[in-house]
Amino acid sequence: MLALLLRDIRLATRAGGGFGLSLAFFLIVTVLVPFGVGPEGGTLARIAPGILWVGALLSCLLSLDRIFALDREDGSLDLLATAPIPLEGVVAVKALAHWLTTGLPLTLAAPVLGVLLNLPQTGFTWLTFSLFLGTPALSMIGAFGAALTVGLKRGGLLLSLLVLPLYIPTLIFGAEAAKRGAEGLASGTPLLMLAGITAGSIAILPFAAAAAIRVNLR
Amino acid sequence: MLLTTERLAIARGGLRILEGLSLAVAPGQALVLRGPNGIGKTTLLRTLAGLQPPALGAVTLPPEGAAYAGHADGLKATLTVTENLRFWAAVYGQTDIGAAIAAMNLAGLTDRPAQNLSAGQKRRLGLARLLVTGRRLWLLDEPTVSLDAASVALFAEAVRTHLAAGGAALMATHIDLGLAEAEVLDLAPYRPGTPAAGQGDDPFGEAFA
Repeated sequence: MLALLLRDIRLATRAGGGFGLSLAFFLIVTVLVPFGVGPEGGTLARIAPGILWVGALLSCLLSLDRIFALDREDGSLDLLATAPIPLEGVVAVKALAHWLTTGLPLTLAAPVLGVLLNLPQTGFTWLTFSLFLGTPALSMIGAFGAALTVGLKRGGLLLSLLVLPLYIPTLIFGAEAAKRGAEGLASGTPLLMLAGITAGSIAILPFAAAAAIRVNLR
Repeated sequence: MLLTTERLAIARGGLRILEGLSLAVAPGQALVLRGPNGIGKTTLLRTLAGLQPPALGAVTLPPEGAAYAGHADGLKATLTVTENLRFWAAVYGQTDIGAAIAAMNLAGLTDRPAQNLSAGQKRRLGLARLLVTGRRLWLLDEPTVSLDAASVALFAEAVRTHLAAGGAALMATHIDLGLAEAEVLDLAPYRPGTPAAGQGDDPFGEAFA
């Protein structure tokens, strides 16, 4: 399992692995927003938590189809399915590798981009913390979507359509926690809900995703 | 026995392609599957590897008994030969990759990314992966595709060593490997008599199952 994690991280950081792509996309989305809504500080400060959350979510979506599709193409997925590692473990490890190479960098970059959006000072901690709690759910739900579409050629678009609605609860509670934090209100409840979504998806989705892969490999 | 099947029937896309296949593979035995394209060699091997369920009958394998090698080698283009092999060795809980590198004559290529290998070299690396699995039964689907004569001999030697060590191999191949001890199994007699035989009456049954 550790070997698989290290391999996936190594593949993501090598040429053509897509590491940095999500980060660059996140940067561009956040930079574009002030051009769209105008440079007025008050407006930007109000929408900053939401924009950063939506941006992180879309950036996360970019690299989802790589989770299983590449392994399917070169035959690795067949071999992993017959290997001594349980397929549920393979899914969980791949989701973790996706989080480490996408969700975690996005979380760390978000406060920097918050400056661009005039995020109030009180909001930085809460934004980072909510992303830290919520992005693992994005990776896990995304891995499930990728498992569902692994048998399809060019399944990327369908994957986005499947996964985006599933991201809604995470987005609602994540953005709400960040927003309340920025306004200086108590954000305990949305954070708890967010943690619950993450814990729930990590507990359930590896099994669902492994079942989907088994069906797709037939 | 490393593998037994009992009255096995396999299906592809809902269509029964082989029926009533009972076979047994003992340690030290190599069995070559023969038959025209599309008869179901690949599907049979995938079923035996556990990638798809049999339509009927049963496959008996010791737990963690088989290593499967399909048409694709499962190599990562940006990883080097050593990294690719080390990964698969770690997945199967093995540490030694030196023997596999030597057996498949990859010693001069260890630091090359897999994307810079020729088709035959990739295939050799794919076969070297089998050697690091430590599994006793090899399920091989066209193992010699794109190999030159010298590499085929190298592979035959690896299979022979594997058999001598108590392993077994089941392979689908069209060429003669020069393995004197290999038995040939022709799959043609196991084809269902008529295409619709034993299919059930309702052609849409599966869609609503």
